[in-house]
Amino acid sequence: MIEVKEDLFVESLQELEGGLPGRGQRWVRDLRRSAFERFADLGLPTTRHEDWKYTNVAPIGRIQFQPACQVEAEDAPGSLRRLPLVDLGLPQLVYINGRYSLEHSTAHSLPSGVKFRSLRDLLETGDETLSGHLARYAGYGKHAFTALNTAFLDDGVFLHVERGAVVEQPVLIVFLTAAGETPVASQPRVLVLAERESHVAVIEVHASVGEGERFTNAVTEVAVEEGAIVEHYKVQVEAPRAYHVATVQFHQARSSTALSHNVCFGGALARNDINSVLDGEGAECTLNGLYLGRGSQLIDNHTELDHARPHCASREYYKGVLDGNSTGVFNGKIIVRQDAQKTDAIQSNKNLLLSAGAVINTKPQLEIWADDVRCTHGATVGQLDQDSIFYLQSRGIDRAAARELLTYAFAADVLGRMKVAPVREWLEKELFERLS
Amino acid sequence: MLRIRKLRAKVGEKEILKGVDLEVKTGEVHAIMGPNGSGKSTLAQVLAGRDVYEVTAGEVVYEGKDLLELAPEERAREGVFLAFQYPVEIPGVSNLYFLKAAVNNVRKARGLDDLDAMDFMALAKEKMAALGVNEAMMSRSVNEGFSGGEKKRNEIFQMAMLDPKLAVLDETDSGLDIDALKAVASGVNAMRSPARAMIVVTHYQRLLNYIVPDFVHVMFNGRIVRSGGKELALELEQHGYSWLEELVAGGEPVNASSVTPAATTTPLGRRATAPFNPAQTGGPADREPAR
Repeated sequence: MIEVKEDLFVESLQELEGGLPGRGQRWVRDLRRSAFERFADLGLPTTRHEDWKYTNVAPIGRIQFQPACQVEAEDAPGSLRRLPLVDLGLPQLVYINGRYSLEHSTAHSLPSGVKFRSLRDLLETGDETLSGHLARYAGYGKHAFTALNTAFLDDGVFLHVERGAVVEQPVLIVFLTAAGETPVASQPRVLVLAERESHVAVIEVHASVGEGERFTNAVTEVAVEEGAIVEHYKVQVEAPRAYHVATVQFHQARSSTALSHNVCFGGALARNDINSVLDGEGAECTLNGLYLGRGSQLIDNHTELDHARPHCASREYYKGVLDGNSTGVFNGKIIVRQDAQKTDAIQSNKNLLLSAGAVINTKPQLEIWADDVRCTHGATVGQLDQDSIFYLQSRGIDRAAARELLTYAFAADVLGRMKVAPVREWLEKELFERLS
Repeated sequence: MLRIRKLRAKVGEKEILKGVDLEVKTGEVHAIMGPNGSGKSTLAQVLAGRDVYEVTAGEVVYEGKDLLELAPEERAREGVFLAFQYPVEIPGVSNLYFLKAAVNNVRKARGLDDLDAMDFMALAKEKMAALGVNEAMMSRSVNEGFSGGEKKRNEIFQMAMLDPKLAVLDETDSGLDIDALKAVASGVNAMRSPARAMIVVTHYQRLLNYIVPDFVHVMFNGRIVRSGGKELALELEQHGYSWLEELVAGGEPVNASSVTPAATTTPLGRRATAPFNPAQTGGPADREPAR
């Protein structure tokens, strides 16, 4: 493989090479090689790169991360049980330090119509459906982290929802990383294939054990076939010294519906790219997001809605609360292709700055090539409303509690849009505790 | 219960209260009337502790305490309640959560235990029924999407729940149709008690047909220029506020604190100028400054 000398962590990831699954599969080998070459060309992005202007990932390149799967995660079971959604009876797929944990998963409880295979097994044995979909949606041509994830494909989820299957219970996927003194890296991968007229909700949780430094580089691909409905929840509650980079890429066929909820609470640095290509007439996509920054956290959400066909609708609703010296970034790109007449796209990003040191960089980015479309966008940055604070105070609620209550109300509005009640209730509680 | 002396307050560089004197005893209901911009809403807000108004002189003693020293929430806990002229909409905060927090904060200050969810709901239901408030309102966000009447009713409902010693009602009648006005007034009247005082700020005499005050004060240009019994309201209604301008300009004795109610029924030999026409005043454009 090609040497990338300046990036310490790549060196350590290369140690993995001999243990990667699917070396006997030609398509896997070719995919890895191609992705690695691309990563070597791109290198880690710098702040000179427009898409990474406010997000400096140089610290990630300076840390010698050990592949998480080589590190013992002793405390993981205890931490896992403390996660609110675990063992609630939902079908759960648990990954500890990047590897599937048969012991903690309940794949057997998945209803008929849904097939799950751990990626590591499937890469090893080979699978035509997998090779037809994996890495077909989340392009690694432009995104170095996606290239890196693809170059070191190891383990993850392949969830295949068969034609017409309606999955009543949401499927919980937990990626739990344990890090102590040794910094660790994991690169989880998820592929959801929702066949025609199927319906599934997937909850992807990224959580931590221990306080050490860690790097998570996750890629999720969701193929939503004709008339199918996929709800995807991404919840990031990693430890304060986590670096978290993730891409969620939807690909939508005709009359399909994709719904994304992206909740970002943890980490020192978190960067999400949540994208969809609306590639069939009448497709609808909703992207909801909530980010909460404290201390010196940096939280960056980039979204891209690519309207490629006519009569598609997208709704985007992101809110951020930034306190301390935290920095938030929101970049909402909407592309309307020439063919995509009657596109209806609405984007909103609202931010609450609770301190003088908090910063938000918010930017809508519209590229419109069709003429008969409706695209609206709005961004607000504000402080708590003084009239509201006074109103609450005048009823005996002290100023600090009034501020907390108003901040909570501002943020919980996004959570209120979640349909899966256990997720919503957990996050409302989590939000309340984080604001107190 | 309340003694206001030579109170002056400004917002920015603009002085709005220019020496207000007022004394309110337990059990009394005082009405403060006056044209737009006279300072009556400012007085209400200053009593509740709104910090956009800077008090530059004077004092407010409430139950022996310096009221101006207290934070707004402390005033509420001491029993001061302001029914807002424009109740604030707070999306995302349910009435139930908000009011339970408010009630328990006030109870705590009085040395009472928190009401649990059941007791709270029982009390709330009783008060809602008495005021004709729809119970569904409890699960809605505070004032969000409420009609004008619903907002004002909600203020009175909150007052009933918080059981204040001094209630200040700031233009509680504005924007209400006659049915809503009657409902609000009967809610207020039900709370009249020898243990409670009320200050009713209003632009119109109409409200005072339903909430009959013990005393009426007229504010003009940042001062109380005339005080009297309930007849004073009728007098104002008859002659309009422009009458006051003439009074003030004519240098009549207008110092409120020196006038007893019995002595204020002035001979009305003066020609009233334009008749008082509520339709021409009180619109949004006429809001008092710097709310």
